[in-house]
Formats: sequence, structure tokens, C-alpha cells
Amino acid sequence: MAQTSTVIPEALLKHEASLLSDWVAKQGKTGPELHKAAREFLGAFREGAQSGSLDSIDGAAWEHAREVLTDFSIEQSRQGVSAVEVATFILSLKEPLFALLQRLYSQQPEIVAREVWNATRAIDQFALHTTSVALKTREELIARQQSEMLELSTPVVKLWDGVLALPLIGTLDSERTQVVMENLLEEIVRSGAGVAIIDITGVPTVDTLVAQHLLKTVAAARLMGAECIISGIRPQIAATIVHLGVDLGDVTTKATLADAFRIALYRNGLQVTARAARNGGAPEPARG
Amino acid sequence: MAWSETLPLRSSEDVVTVRQRVRMAADREGFRLVDQTKIVTAASEIARNTVIYGGGGSATIEGVEKNGRRGVRITFEDNGPGIADIELAMKDGWTSGAGLGLGLSGAKRLSNEFEIVSAPGKGTRVTLTRWR
Ligand SMILES: Nc1ncnc2c1ncn2[C@@H]1O[C@H](COP(=O)(O)OP(=O)(O)O)[C@@H](O)[C@H]1O
Ligand SMILES: [Mg+2]
Repeated sequence: MAQTSTVIPEALLKHEASLLSDWVAKQGKTGPELHKAAREFLGAFREGAQSGSLDSIDGAAWEHAREVLTDFSIEQSRQGVSAVEVATFILSLKEPLFALLQRLYSQQPEIVAREVWNATRAIDQFALHTTSVALKTREELIARQQSEMLELSTPVVKLWDGVLALPLIGTLDSERTQVVMENLLEEIVRSGAGVAIIDITGVPTVDTLVAQHLLKTVAAARLMGAECIISGIRPQIAATIVHLGVDLGDVTTKATLADAFRIALYRNGLQVTARAARNGGAPEPARG
Repeated sequence: MAWSETLPLRSSEDVVTVRQRVRMAADREGFRLVDQTKIVTAASEIARNTVIYGGGGSATIEGVEKNGRRGVRITFEDNGPGIADIELAMKDGWTSGAGLGLGLSGAKRLSNEFEIVSAPGKGTRVTLTRWR
């Protein structure tokens, strides 16, 4: 594609400071982040217009400008600024830029017309770019929120003869927690299992309510002849429980479900060992 | 940039939302995972007290700065019955309900700054701050 000749880079270079302050003045609110983004964008816009075409902002020449806006857009969206507001930030550059062009080329209306058109195309594309980044960021945030809000739904699984596991996933604030814990107790009675592993890897926050649910379940299981192991206690959770002052007493705790399973097998008189290396080891057991 | 948001606290779902928003605030302020977990857990305790004992109220989450250090502050307010004996309520293991009695004292240990203002009939306000 032929390079469109444009006076925009020159105009930006000479009048950057005044354009920047006019642009920032257009914003409803100001702050260091906004000022920084506006300054960086004007620099990147000039670079892009110098080496690339204003027809399309997709090329390598516009990479820096796109990056500046991507970062700004993500930052703003995380702070709860709407996609429309983020796009308005970039669209509001038009007015001061057009005013500048009009002032500089008041004697050559054909240049003003051409450059206003050039600038409009580029700025509109940048506004679309910020909008799509902002929307994507919000979608990611919402997806994360939803995963934390997940209603606790947990089946009791049998890992081995005499070994049950309850992998808890979600928050334990609702009434359903009671039901899930009771399911485990019923399953202990039904199967006569001697060991139950409660895995809390999927529980985002362990506070005193969660701790109380765990302690109650452990005590009830004990009355039914089963020992509980609590697994999935991540380092940050362990540190927090200690500060809360929760005493897990003599409950066995393990970092991972695998560690807990090993202990459970051991208590049932079983052990996992490597196959003998001779002749490539024993054949793989038949599936059943 | 300073920012703040106020969220309602009426139900256990609201407690989950407040935790979520505090986690996002701590993440935004650049807290390490262990510090995030501490302030979120402290907030969870006080949020639940606000719902259960305070009869509902609100939580205001804000980004704060002191001596160039950034932090997260959460202020919980309710117009419930208030606490007659704060010293007793703060005791490890003391509960007027059916809890573990570790919420107030635990939240204090998990925060860098802890303030409680309460009187019978005047409601309760608890402020937690943790620095990065
Ligand atoms: N917002 C509140 N309004 C009235 N009383 C409260 C409030 N927060 C805490 N309390 C009182 O303080 C006691 C201790 O609270 P806490 O340490 O969280 O333990 P728990 O929640 O297990 O009872 C509560 O049992 C209650 O009597
Ligand atoms: Mg409590």
C-alpha cells in the first residue's frame, strides 16, 4: 500500500505539550495514570504515523501505540471503569487534535480536510481496540468471581477399600455445607470406611466458620469409628489458620491429597511400592 | 490513585462478595498471596459478624497510603445491638452465639491495624488495615 503523506507527525512533534494539556483537560477526571497514558500514547501515535499508515493500526509500526492503550485499558477496567469510558478517553483526542490542525493550516482547507479524515480513521480504530480489551478484561474478572461463588457441590468418593475422600470445592458459607458434611458421615457408616480424607484445595478461604465445620465433622466421624485426614492445606492457609488461633488439635493434616492417600493406605496396612525393575517389571494389571 | 467502594452486608452471599472484592483490592495493590489471604480471612470474620450479630450493615473497601506504603482498609458498620463488653468479646474463644469465638481476636492478629467502636444500642464499627 502506498504511504499516505501526512503532516500529523510533524504537528504532534511541534505541539505535543499543548495538545497533551488540551486533551487531558477534556477528561472528566484526572490522575497520574491518565496523564501518563495520554503522554505515552501521543509519543507512540507520532512514531506510528511516521513509519506506518494511518489507514490501519494493525501493523508493526503501531505496536507501541496499541500496547500503551492495552495496558491502560486493562488497568482502568480492573478499577471498575467502564469500556465506554475507556473508549471516550481516546475519542476525546479528536477535538483538540482537529482544532490544532485547523489552527496550523487555516490557509489550506484541503490539508485540514485530508488530515482530519486520516486522524479520524486511526483514532476510531484505537477506540475499538481499547473497547475490546476493556470488555475482555471484565469478562475475565467476572469468570474469576463466578468460580469463587461456586456453590459447594461435592460427592463423596471411594479411593480404596476403607478409604473415602471428600474433595471440597467452593465456599462453605451456605446451608449446603451442613448437607455435604452429613453425606460424608452417612457414607462412612454405610461403607464402614476407617479413613476419610477431606480435601480443601478448592476452598478459597479458610476462616473460623470453615474450621468449625471441619472440626465438627472430624469429631462426628471419630464417633463413628473413622479417622479424618485434612488435605490441601496450602502454605498461605496454614499461616492464616495459625494467626486466627484455630487449633486443629490432633487432626492429621497434609499438604496434598496424594500425601493424605499414602497415609490412609498405610493405616489400612497397605503400601505403594515401585514394581521390580527386572524384566521391565510386572505386567500392567488387567482393567476391571 | 485513591479509590473506595461500599458493599451491602445482609446475607451470607454478601459475605462471599465482600471477600471476593477484598481479594481483588489486595491483588490490585500488589499484595503477596499470603498477605492477600490474611486480609481476606480477617474481612470474612468481621463481615460475618456484621451479618449475624449486627443484623446486617455495610463494608467499605479502600486503597490507602501512609509514608509511601500502600495498603487496603475495610470499614464494617452496622446499627445492631452493639457490644457491651468489648474486652470480653475480644477474648479468644468467647462467643455469645455458637461460633469458635475467634473472629474478632483472629481478625486483629491478621491485620496491621484494628479498631473497634461499639456501644449498646449504638451499633458497631470495625476497621481493619493491612499494609503491603
Ligand atoms: N457486629 C457485632 N454486633 C454485636 N455483637 C458482636 C458483633 N461482632 C461481634 N459481636 C460479639 O462478639 C462476640 C465474639 O465475636 P467473634 O470473636 O467473631 O466470635 P464468634 O463469631 O465465634 O461468636 C460475638 O459472639 C458477639 O457476641
Ligand atoms: Mg465471628
